[in-house]
This record gives sequence, structure tokens and C-alpha cells, in this order.
Amino acid sequence: MSDTPRNPVPDPAVVREEMLKAYPAKTRKKREKQIVLNDPDAPPQIGANTRTIPGIITQRGCTYAGCRGVVIGPIYDIVHITHGPVGCGYYSWLTRRNLARPEEGQTNFMQYCMNTDMQEDEIIFGGEKKLAAAIREAYALFKPKAISIYATCPIGLIGDDIHTVARQAKEELGINVFAFSCEGYKGVSQSAGHHIANNGVFKNIVGLDDTPDSGEYRINILGEYNIGGDAFEIEELLRKCGITCTATLSGNVSYDQIARCHTADLNCVMCHRSINYMAEMMETKYGIPWIKVNFIGAESTAKSLRKIAAYFGDKALIDRVERVIAQEMLALKATVEEVRPRCEGKLAALFVGGSRAHHYQDLFKELGMQIVSAGYEFAHRDDYEGRDVLPTIKVDADSRNIEELDVEADPQRFKARRSPEQLEALQAGGFTFSDYEGMMREMDRRALVIDDISHHEMDQLIALYRPSIVCCGIKEKYIVEKMGVPCKQLHSYDYGGPYAVFTGAANFYREIDRMVNTRVWSMIMPPWQKQPELGARPVFTPKPRRSREEASPATRGRAVRPVPTETATTN
Amino acid sequence: MLNATTAEHTERKALRINPAKTCQPIGALYAALGIHKCLPHSHGSQGCCAYHRSQLTRHFKEPVMATTSSFTEGASVFGGLSNMTQALTNIFGIYQPDVVAVHTTCLSEVIGDDIPMMFKKFREDGKLPEGAQLIHANTPSFKGSHVTGFANMTAAMARYLSERSGEVRDQLNLIPGYLDPADMREVKRLATEIGARFVMFPDTSDVLDTPQVGRFEMYPKGGATVAQIRSAGDSFATLGLGFWASEAAAKELESKCEVPYEMGELPIGLGATDAFVDAIRRLAAKSVPANIERERGQLIDLMSDMSQYLHRKRVAVFGDPDHVIPLVRFLVELDMRPAYVVTGTPGKAFEENVRQLLGPAGADAKVKAYEDLFSLHQWMKAEPVDLLIGNTYGKYIARAEGNLPFVRFGFPILDRVAHRYFPTVGYRGAMRLIAAMTDALLDQKDRECPEEFFELVQ
Repeated sequence: MSDTPRNPVPDPAVVREEMLKAYPAKTRKKREKQIVLNDPDAPPQIGANTRTIPGIITQRGCTYAGCRGVVIGPIYDIVHITHGPVGCGYYSWLTRRNLARPEEGQTNFMQYCMNTDMQEDEIIFGGEKKLAAAIREAYALFKPKAISIYATCPIGLIGDDIHTVARQAKEELGINVFAFSCEGYKGVSQSAGHHIANNGVFKNIVGLDDTPDSGEYRINILGEYNIGGDAFEIEELLRKCGITCTATLSGNVSYDQIARCHTADLNCVMCHRSINYMAEMMETKYGIPWIKVNFIGAESTAKSLRKIAAYFGDKALIDRVERVIAQEMLALKATVEEVRPRCEGKLAALFVGGSRAHHYQDLFKELGMQIVSAGYEFAHRDDYEGRDVLPTIKVDADSRNIEELDVEADPQRFKARRSPEQLEALQAGGFTFSDYEGMMREMDRRALVIDDISHHEMDQLIALYRPSIVCCGIKEKYIVEKMGVPCKQLHSYDYGGPYAVFTGAANFYREIDRMVNTRVWSMIMPPWQKQPELGARPVFTPKPRRSREEASPATRGRAVRPVPTETATTN
Repeated sequence: MLNATTAEHTERKALRINPAKTCQPIGALYAALGIHKCLPHSHGSQGCCAYHRSQLTRHFKEPVMATTSSFTEGASVFGGLSNMTQALTNIFGIYQPDVVAVHTTCLSEVIGDDIPMMFKKFREDGKLPEGAQLIHANTPSFKGSHVTGFANMTAAMARYLSERSGEVRDQLNLIPGYLDPADMREVKRLATEIGARFVMFPDTSDVLDTPQVGRFEMYPKGGATVAQIRSAGDSFATLGLGFWASEAAAKELESKCEVPYEMGELPIGLGATDAFVDAIRRLAAKSVPANIERERGQLIDLMSDMSQYLHRKRVAVFGDPDHVIPLVRFLVELDMRPAYVVTGTPGKAFEENVRQLLGPAGADAKVKAYEDLFSLHQWMKAEPVDLLIGNTYGKYIARAEGNLPFVRFGFPILDRVAHRYFPTVGYRGAMRLIAAMTDALLDQKDRECPEEFFELVQ
């Protein structure tokens, strides 16, 4: 409960042991590696991107979800066809809140769920013919500029060659048709799907149109999915600063924007986990450097804007960015000052995604809240410990199954965006390219870092820390709330948002204020349980007679007083 | 909104657009939650389980607990035995359910995993805790729909758990079909008021509509117990509600335990509820209490009071066959005109059944099983209706058609709350449906009519 005294915070080592002790030996051995006590100066090694243990109630989804659902799904103006039985296509239909404002004359196909609804015969005799027919039918109905095909589990097993079907359709129809082998069983989580999606988008869309946008400072935002309108806010802020966003991968984005995104001069990476592959490949092939940014949290947003301005190095831009930051910070001040005293000192825990559990810590810190524990659902070690551990990560069999594209510099289109002198000057000033320090360096010492948290661990964590708020996803939401603790979904934002940049930060502060201070949590216990002693039957006692004029309306009749909720406690 | 949809309808043979059904395993998972202390288990990739839990959670706004075998590429090649064994070990070690109800997925079906063999091995290796039960249903996603998945898991309950001791008990089996917890609760209330003794399975009331008490219960108090399901083999008869979702279990009880069965429609609307009440009364040899007759009378009263707003209104309906059939019956009872009737679940019997209900007056109606919402929307564009009834996905069509009056009904409902607590079955449920339909139609009138026709009283 939000107002339960919780001093002192329990020893994280004890919490960890409580989590582990219920496990069978083999399970314990594996989970031990995935639950660590943080050291921000020298992050300890954490087990991550390893197989989910069968039978553990996990947050994780599959490769198809990561590919079709996350990275490619938000491209609004192409037709997406899921090849397989009906379910996978159905569940990825509008359930992720990738908002889109289609450009004039463009169709938003995200409202359509298209799939081949494979039946038993097609599983036995093969589904290639049906897929080819489905592509033709989609083309005849919609005349889209491109069609994208996604494989579900049975496709790989029965050996349908979706890439050949796509190639033939491309020749036949004269539009771009491409396929993703993103069967759900590949990899260990959604993460493999992100990688497969990055590869496919890079191979099949990026670089098809060499026409640059007209702005002077052109960037791409990578790993931003426009949940609840975050990308709208980011684009608007960049516009205020005079920065052009060529493409946001993948949120509120058209096929054409992605086709020309290699003409931008800087890639800004939000979600490192889901899109770093694209940033790396674009740098190798086209010479676009990438930097890590974070538009969640006011301070982080300011820092990210400054970093972009510093990269371009133009005084006019730097000054304009400073003016925008000053204005936005001023506008935000009143909200922070109002909300912070009501939230300060409260505890939070975040278990979500591959970057959100890190990014959202900034917003909580701006409210003076303490992060007792955090972890990702599908991240890799570099997202926890920082990219400097990359050379030491062992590539296991599950990751080896995911294709690594062999990318080379494009002989015509590779162009270094900055001269060696410029780069040297930037780096001398502390500017870092291609770097992500990870979550752990920014978390408290001995905070509990938990990869792929299980239901049992979450249960223990809440029982022992009694945090004021937990952030996770839809599957965990009502479990946490049944424990009397509010849960903020950081995948769907509980259908609220936007929370990005300064304007979004104000929304988030108010939302957290509402969640940790709402009266509802104090009403769980009925009054008769608070005072369970049996009452005596009232006895009529005659009162001295008063004249009618003396009695005020308030004292007339029997008054029933409600129990004041402010003072109520629930356990 | 749905700007690429045109009125010109062409036949499609391969491409499904905006389905009116989903896959078997989600129905199996939901049914399994209707057993007390049962943990549903998805034998396949973890994505299936994640998708099903997410979608069910969005519908119920409640914890939906289930585990998965978390297949990787290796398991897909070598078979899922090792994943299943490890999963069961963890499940019994950590979560201690009374029952694990396994359903298969496309993946484990395609590779041909033999679930009973896996159970046998687990049991023979001495790993199954004393008294714990393992049950399973085959639910490949390339057959049937979520409704048949529900039916298969419900039949598995009877197949694995029901037993015939030789002594016939004075109790009736109720198989409630793919209903929300509030509806299951209402079915039980009606049967109880009539005075029938019964066991009902699955029963998700008190599992997926639990109160907020500041405490999470992994296994809430609801659900049919193993003992109850076992005793179903000794019941004197079974009443199954909804042919698609419940007949398989009723048949199973008949063939395994020689319990005779009757099937009826889900008690949605007047006629179907009358049939349900009459069946219970007859089977339990009780008379219908005054309370229920009063509810029925109130429904008739409401039907006559609101008749002017509903009479001859053209309606498009989509949903699951067991829901849509009695709903169409009810719409006809209300003198409304179902113009398009669609289910995504395959089965010609659906079309025949609905055609029969519509009679000659409804000969122009389009009635299709194994159809999708894209076709439905195209028909509606060609010849509009006054009202759309279906699950949440219908809201896109409603908005595309100029904020057409739209009543949410069926599964899933992802954006409103009433279904969680207010039943649509029984006489009172029928009253709620009338309220929802007239609200939608009158709200439209209030929104759109010229000011001089904007009226206080309706």
C-alpha cells in the first residue's frame, strides 16, 4: 500500500534469496545468474538473452511478436500478411498502440489484420500456393506500394519457402514484396524477431529512394514506436528546434520515409535493444553515425537535444535548442513542483521491454522516487552492463540461428557525415558515438536487477518491498494490482500517454501522482473489518424537547457519517 | 477509418481479412481456468501463451495465469518431451496446482508431440505429486476456432476426470459453454432458484471476476473442483448449453459414463432462456419459482415498452455461433431484422440454424459461417444497417460507417467493462441487451436529430 511504512528497505540479498529458494535446483541455478545486486561503478555480469525456463510464468513473447508486432507492424501504408493459422495475425491486430497519422492520400493499413488462416490440408500439403493467392488477392483489393509477409511457427516446420513466393509475387505484381522468417520458436524471446526485422527492413526498404528531405539538420529516430503518441511529441519538439526527422523506426512511419532514411545525417537510437542492428548496418553501408538518445524524462530529453545539436555543431542550432529547452523546462516547472512532494521518497520497480525499464527510471527520479529493482524482459547483457561488454558475450546456439547480415560500405552512397577533424573535436569534448552505457550504471548500488522476471519473483518482490508502484505489462498488471499496488503498463501506457519529451513528462508526472495517491487503495478494507468488535443495539433515550426553530436542518433526523477515507489503512 | 474497404464485394479464397474468430488454444486456456486450482499450460512457443494471456487479460481485466513449454528451435526439431518434463517439474515445484491442463499449439501438433505419452513418463518417473492431475486437449490452431478449443478442453475434463461409480446421483451436469464469469454466475443462479442440484464445469465465476481485497490469490476460490468433475460421471443427466462449445463434453460424459444428455442454446434472449428454464425444471422435476416468472414478465414488459424503437430495425451481427444463434432468435422476437449474420468459426450448421430462425421473412439476409469482418463491412457499405452487434473489433466498422449504433457483445470486449459483471444471459441479461440496444439507437438520435426533434422524454 502506498502509505504503508516501509523503512528500512529490505536487504536486497535477502529478497534475492527469498525469490530463489522456492525453485527446483536446476531452475535455481539458472535464475541465480539472472538476479544480481547492482554496482554502478562495475556492473556485475547478468544472465540475459538466455532461454526461458519451461514452466516458469514469464513475461516474454516470441520472435513473431518482436518482428511483425514491434518493428515492422507500425509501417502504416503497406500491407502486412501473416502466413499461418489465424491466431498470430489476430493477436497482433491493433493490440500494440502504434499510432499513425497517415500523410495525405495514404492509407492506414494497420486497421486491417490480414492472414492466410491456414487449415489442416495446407499444413499437410504446404501453404505456398495459398500464400501466393493471398498476396494476389491483397494486391487486387488494395493496390499497396508494398506487401510484407511474416512466417508463424508451422511455416518453418512444413518448409514453405516464403521468400521465393515473395520474389515471384514481386516480379508478377511489380511492387515490393518481401518476407520475414520470424517463426515464434526462433531465438529465446521477442529479441530475435527485432533482429530479423532489422535485417529485412534494411535489405528490402532502406536505400530505395535517394531523395533527401529538405531540412538542414536531418536525423532518424530509431527504436521509437509511437506508443500513445510519443513520436508525435518527439517530432514536434524536433521541429521547434529546426531539426528534420526523416523517419522514425518504427512509429508513425511510411514506407517512403524508410526508403529514404539513409539520406539523413545522424541516427538517434532510443530503444537500443530492438534497433541497434539497423544503426550499425546503416553506419557501415552509408556512413551515418549513431548516438544513443533518450526522450523519456525532462533531463534526458534536454541532454539528448544538446547532443544532437553538438553533433551538427552549428551555433544557430545550439542556441535554438537551448532556447527550446529553457522554454520547455519553464513550462514543466510548475507541474514538477506541485507533484513531487506527493511522490518523493516512494518506491518503484520496473520490469519491461529492452529499454523502457531503463528510460522510465529518469521520470521517477525527477519525482524523487527510488527505484528498488528493475529488469528487462528480452534485453541482452549490453543493455544492462553497457556496450563495452559486447566482445565478451558468448554467442549461443539460439542467437547463432539468427542471421547476421554481411554489410559493406556502399561504393556510391557511403559518405562520411563528419570529417576526421570534426569527429576528433567532438570526441575530445566527451561526445560518444555508437555507445550505450546500459541500465546498471545509472541505478543505485545494491538495487536488484532481474532479467526476465518470473511471476514468483515479482510476487516476492512486492511482498517484501511493498513498492508504491510497479511498471510492467498487461499480463502482470492485474496480478500486481490484486496485491493492492498500482501497476503502470509501460508497453501500452494503460491507453494513456504520450509520455515522451517535456510535454509527455508532465503527463507522466500527473499519472504517477494519480496512481500512487488515488484514494481507491485506501478503500479496500470495509469499515467493519477495521473495527470488528460487535456493536450494541442502540437504545432509545428521550432527548430534552426543543422548539422546532432551534433545531438546525443538519441535526434533524439521524445522521450517518461516512468513515473518512484519508485516515483509513488497509493492512 | 478502414478507408481501403469498398462496397464492392469479391470472393476471396486465400486471404482472411479482419477475422471473426481466433485460434483454439486461447479457448482451451480459458476453459481450463474454470477448474479450481488448475494451471493451464501451453505446449509450444512462449509467444502463444503470451498472446493468449494478454488477450484474456484485456477482456477480463483480471490476472490470467498460465505456463508455457517455451519451445526453442531445438525443441521444435527434437520434440518437446524435455521441455514438457522440465515445465511440469517447475509447475508442481513452484506453483503447486491440483491440475495442470495442457493444450497443444500449431507447433507441437505439427511435430506430432504425444502428450499422453509424456504424461505417462512423468508419472512413471514418480514426478507427479500425490493427488495431482494432468489433463490435455489437442488444439491445433489450423482447425476450428477459439470456440472449438474451449469445447475440446471441456471434453478433456470429462474424459480425464469424470468417473462412473455405478451409483446415480441426484444431480444434473451443466456445461455452460464459452460464457463470461458473470454469465456463468447467472446460469447457476437460475438453476439454483429453480431448485436444481447440479455440478457445472467449467466455471470461471470467482476465478476471473474476483474482488479487490489487497491480496493476490494464484488460485481463487472459484472453479469446478476435481471432485465435482469426477462426480459428473454419476449425474442423472447432462444439459449442455451451446452446441459448438459444450456438445463435445456432453457426448464424452455419455460415452464414458453413460450419462444421457440434452443440448440447448445459450440462454440469451427470451426464447432461449425459456427453453433453458424449462429444461432445468423438467430435468430436475421442479416447478419454476415466482421469482423467475417475475423476471420473465419484466422482460416481456420491457420488450413491449421499447418495441417502437427496435421494430424492423436492420441489424448486423457477428460473433461466436453459440452466442449469435440465440441472439438472432432474440432479435426476431423483438421484431428486428437481422440483415447480416456472420461467424468466423467454420460449420454449415450455423447457417442452417440461423436461416431457420429468420424464416421466409429473412430470406434476403446474408448468413455466413467461416466468414470475416471485411466481408461483413463490405455488405454493410453496399446496403446499410441501423445497428451493429459484435465484439470490440466492430467499433472500427461502426466509426467508419458514421458512428453507427454499436452494441458490444461476445468475446472479446477490450474497451468497455459491463460484460465483466453484468450478464447477458437469462431474462435479466436479455433486459440488459434491450437497454444496450435502445441506448445505442437513442444516443444516435440525440446526437444527430435536428434540434426541434431533440426530446426530453422517450
